[in-house]
Amino acid sequence: MTKVLRATTASRTFAVVGLLAVVVLATVPSWADRSTIRKLIELLILISLAQMWNLLAGFAGVVSVGQQAFVGLAAYSVVALVNVHGVGLYWAVPLAALGAALVSIPMGLVAFRLRGSYFAIGTWVLAEVTRLVMVNTKKVGGGSGASIRVTGYSIASRDRAFYWMALAVGIGSILLTYGLLRSKLGLQLQAIRDNEDGARSLGANVYRTRFLLWVVVAFMTGFSGAVFYANQFRVQPGEAFGVSRWTAPIIFMVIIGGIGTIEGPIIGAIAYWYFKERFSNSPEWYAIALGLLAMGIALFVQKGIWGLIRRRFDVHLFPVRRRVAVDTGTTEVAAH
Amino acid sequence: MAWVNAIVQGILLGGLYALLATGLSLGFGVMRLVNLAHGDMAVLAAFLAMSTSFALKVHPFVTLLLIVPGAFGVGYLLQRLVFDRLIGGDPALQIVATFGLSIVIENALLKKYTADTRGLQTGKFSSRSIRITDKLAVGWLPLVTFICGVTVIGLLALFINRTKMGRAFRATSDDPATAQLVGVDKRRVHATATGIAVTTVALAGVLIGAKSSFDPTTGPANLIYAFEAVIIGGLGSLWGTLAGGIALGVAQAIGLKINPGYGELAGHLLFLTVLATRPRGMFGKLDNR
Repeated sequence: MTKVLRATTASRTFAVVGLLAVVVLATVPSWADRSTIRKLIELLILISLAQMWNLLAGFAGVVSVGQQAFVGLAAYSVVALVNVHGVGLYWAVPLAALGAALVSIPMGLVAFRLRGSYFAIGTWVLAEVTRLVMVNTKKVGGGSGASIRVTGYSIASRDRAFYWMALAVGIGSILLTYGLLRSKLGLQLQAIRDNEDGARSLGANVYRTRFLLWVVVAFMTGFSGAVFYANQFRVQPGEAFGVSRWTAPIIFMVIIGGIGTIEGPIIGAIAYWYFKERFSNSPEWYAIALGLLAMGIALFVQKGIWGLIRRRFDVHLFPVRRRVAVDTGTTEVAAH
Repeated sequence: MAWVNAIVQGILLGGLYALLATGLSLGFGVMRLVNLAHGDMAVLAAFLAMSTSFALKVHPFVTLLLIVPGAFGVGYLLQRLVFDRLIGGDPALQIVATFGLSIVIENALLKKYTADTRGLQTGKFSSRSIRITDKLAVGWLPLVTFICGVTVIGLLALFINRTKMGRAFRATSDDPATAQLVGVDKRRVHATATGIAVTTVALAGVLIGAKSSFDPTTGPANLIYAFEAVIIGGLGSLWGTLAGGIALGVAQAIGLKINPGYGELAGHLLFLTVLATRPRGMFGKLDNR
């Protein structure tokens, strides 16, 4: 007798604990102070950004160094929607995410002509183009940036709304990745990553699958950026489109936590966020340490912290593999 | 005439971009390795030239006597100790590791030199120019820079086409496994290629430092210009890279002439147009897909 196992004891226990954690997190605005809420918003945004970059780089083999484009584009879409077109502040956030996803389509059409490292630099160029376009657009403040008009919304209402939006993208990014990877598309993705030509010969449409993910990730990345900047309300092109402000931390979080795992980006984001505060008086040393750590992991460990844990204990909190249980035990069949 | 002047300046600037791009082109051509810290290495060289010239009280260009051999050594060791582990592996890890190096260099420079804008003091050399007509003048510095770029690319092409080591470069590029079967020392070829790549980018960095101001965060811009020159020219062709650099320089000069805010943007637009219409670039031999 054989059957396909898709859950583990650890994953069932974790699902209960995770659900409880989400319930507790949802109540935060009713008891926490302002600075805690703000810090948690940043953490949830970082989790979402890291999770989305990992979905592309770790599962689909699409490594972008241009994700700051979508953060910046969404931030500026909020500026344009609220300040220029008078759209409500809270409606502007999802609309801005949609805007980022729309722009990602022509960007993808060009960038996907390149591969590997050249794709990475190509996305960087595209992000630079979006930045330069904003710098040259006087209506949204040009080079000096703009402040999003928040008059009419109380601080408490904004804190609550943006916190819940951040929670939605933070948890949503995890569930989205998990759901996608457990679906047929996920199986295809992992097949493509492990052997592109093989997957193609078995009927996987590599280009279409990657492109679809690229747009979905742009939407979620844009959503995260829109929430962050709507909450901060001050937008400057150098920061919003900054590779060292966004993409560098994203890459470090994923690689340190463990690329190609769902647990890794969460661990990486929490670690990055926690130590960033501790190192706040010497950001250069923090960046140097992260850069060296990322190099070390890329050269020697590959799968980061979660990879080490998994190798040692074989735990899977988000099981995306299919395991066949035969009378005598379990055997791995799908790639992980 | 003002337009002719802009185009002439663009061509001269293009020689510098080509020099900046040579190492990137070589690294990809020989071992399919793209170093995302390429641009930061140029900035590092400019800072080292500045400090050395202060310390020894010599002209910044004299420091090249130290920087050029130093850069070759750094590149050789970097390949042996770090990059060799990345070749042929997961491309994502290649990108992450070299991107990490880029962040390390940028922040080390920020720590040592702060974010202030600097320039290399090249004295009379940078202000003198040759007057051709009333409205057309060619500066000595851009001219020397251009000649430098063309000469380096010419020498490198000779090296690759005429020497034993160059033949090993081409063999490794075409088929690394077979090259090794017939006795090519792959590790030595790779280390030499990265040594040359770092040397050319260091030279470009010092020349950029003499031409305009720089600060620790200008590395990515250098990387992007180099990359655009390579793609516009076409992968796997050094002379293509020279043509790509010149095309990029001219596009930027024309954009700048239209509006001071459009210089960079015009260069990017040329790059995107080439990518959309001729993905192999002007003279590309290798497929970049």
